Amino acid sequence: MQKVAVLGAGMTRFMRRSLETGRELCWEAASAALEDAGLTLADIDCVVLGSAPDAFDGVHLKGEYLLDGAGAKGKPYTRVYVGGGTGVFMVPAGWWHVASGAFRTCLVLAEEKMSSTMPHPQAAFNAIYDQFTERPLGVNLLWIFSLEMNRYMQTYGIPVETIAQVAVKNKKNAKDHPASQVAGDFTVDEIVNSEVMAYPVMRLMVSPVTDGAAAMVLANEDFAKKKGGKHVWIEGVGWNLDTSYWTNRDLAYPQYVENAAKMAFKMAGIKDPRKEIHVVEPYDPFAYKELHHLEGLQLADKGQAPRRLEEGFWDRDTTTGIPSSPSGGLLGVGNPIAAAGLMKAIEIYYQLSGKAGKRQIKRNAQRGMAQAWGDLMQVGTVMIMGV
Amino acid sequence: MKTELRGTSLREDDIQKGTALVTEWRGKIDFAYDAGVAIGQFLHGLKEGKLLGRKCRSCNRVMIPPRMFCELCFRRSDEWVELKDTGKVNTFSISYVNTDASRRQTPQVPAVVEIDGASPGMGIMHLLGEVGDSVEAIMKRVKIGTPVRAVWKPADQREGAITDILYFRPIG
Repeated sequence: MQKVAVLGAGMTRFMRRSLETGRELCWEAASAALEDAGLTLADIDCVVLGSAPDAFDGVHLKGEYLLDGAGAKGKPYTRVYVGGGTGVFMVPAGWWHVASGAFRTCLVLAEEKMSSTMPHPQAAFNAIYDQFTERPLGVNLLWIFSLEMNRYMQTYGIPVETIAQVAVKNKKNAKDHPASQVAGDFTVDEIVNSEVMAYPVMRLMVSPVTDGAAAMVLANEDFAKKKGGKHVWIEGVGWNLDTSYWTNRDLAYPQYVENAAKMAFKMAGIKDPRKEIHVVEPYDPFAYKELHHLEGLQLADKGQAPRRLEEGFWDRDTTTGIPSSPSGGLLGVGNPIAAAGLMKAIEIYYQLSGKAGKRQIKRNAQRGMAQAWGDLMQVGTVMIMGV
Repeated sequence: MKTELRGTSLREDDIQKGTALVTEWRGKIDFAYDAGVAIGQFLHGLKEGKLLGRKCRSCNRVMIPPRMFCELCFRRSDEWVELKDTGKVNTFSISYVNTDASRRQTPQVPAVVEIDGASPGMGIMHLLGEVGDSVEAIMKRVKIGTPVRAVWKPADQREGAITDILYFRPIG
């Protein structure tokens, strides 16, 4: 198996509505990533694209619609999709193209333009529910997450004020991210007292609707060494899906995230993740999800991630804890679904290569992980990078 | 990373004033989904005022929503089991957002209800009713574990749909 290095990354701004079409967003992110890697499209052997359902765009064959902006003309091209988990899954998908020995290099690209659905992408989201037993009840997307959040809170006795601290932390961290859409300084009171969407989910605990794209360039060891310089390597990848009968599952704990994390730990040779992982970007489309996922990722015991949060263990400037979502996450930077997940993986690349600028964490980081989640709250996708 | 990223952010009035142009398209597609073997039988059961589950004799689970296969044993499931129309609340939410993302004045209370007679943890999503119309009142009335019973449509109005159950209401 070939070792796989990250040679560069790029992204667009994250925006509620972009002038650029999806194809133009792809071009902007892809060209920025190639520029960062010091390569041209001629160096790229294959392209992997990630994007959410076609219904967001009202464009069928969305992969093909985006193809030219993604730099895929005349190249082996694959689109992969696991709902909200897609963004981080782009890293395993790009990785296997190169690790297999089939290609020297791979351009990995994630795009989302959610603003085309008017006035809101809710109708597209509602089709995730079962068409016989759920949709006729008059569903909306918030239901499923508020149901999971309540089960998590009640199982462990977690106050809503504690969960609100995730939104405070991430929106603050995002002030230093140049792509940010909804960064800012908020108090716990402001978060908790924002409009009730579906209790216990309040408006400021939900990530926004966003347009944006992100890209990453991967290469095998031989190519990376010829290119020269110090590289960040993909050390482990994992993914896992639980049953689609989501009302039959334990909603207090994401077992599928644990399974995905353990697959990645095994590949990376990690025995004690709490010591060996130095920075983490867990998926945070809702405030509680960051905590839920930190537990699934084995970085906190079940029900204990909220306590670590109160202790400052996940703060960006911690020297004894594990900085979590130093980018500002989906709650701060924004949530162009697939592009948001890849933004989180790219943050690990920036942190490990010392390119995170004002967001650079205080502790010395040799290894970091990113994770995303989605579909019917059933998929965990994980990647681990190291230097 | 670069601190100047590309991308042009539009505001709401850019479109209203026509400074940014859009082309509109309304994609209307109608579907009629075949209910299938398992859910077809389940919907027939609802029309008769019954909740049906499906049993796997290998792992002994009684499953709802029913399926003609057991995804754990990966074998054909064995028999239909009539469940009770009672259960307990696994989790619930208090939603002020409609299915089209517009606001509601009084909330809906979606819940996962674990059905009595099915295996532990086997629930379905439905709505709770008769539980109040504010966050405070509902939080007081409903807890995780609260026992509930289905409130059915009158028999002559049932059509073989999940909405043949109007909602679940707390017992006692």
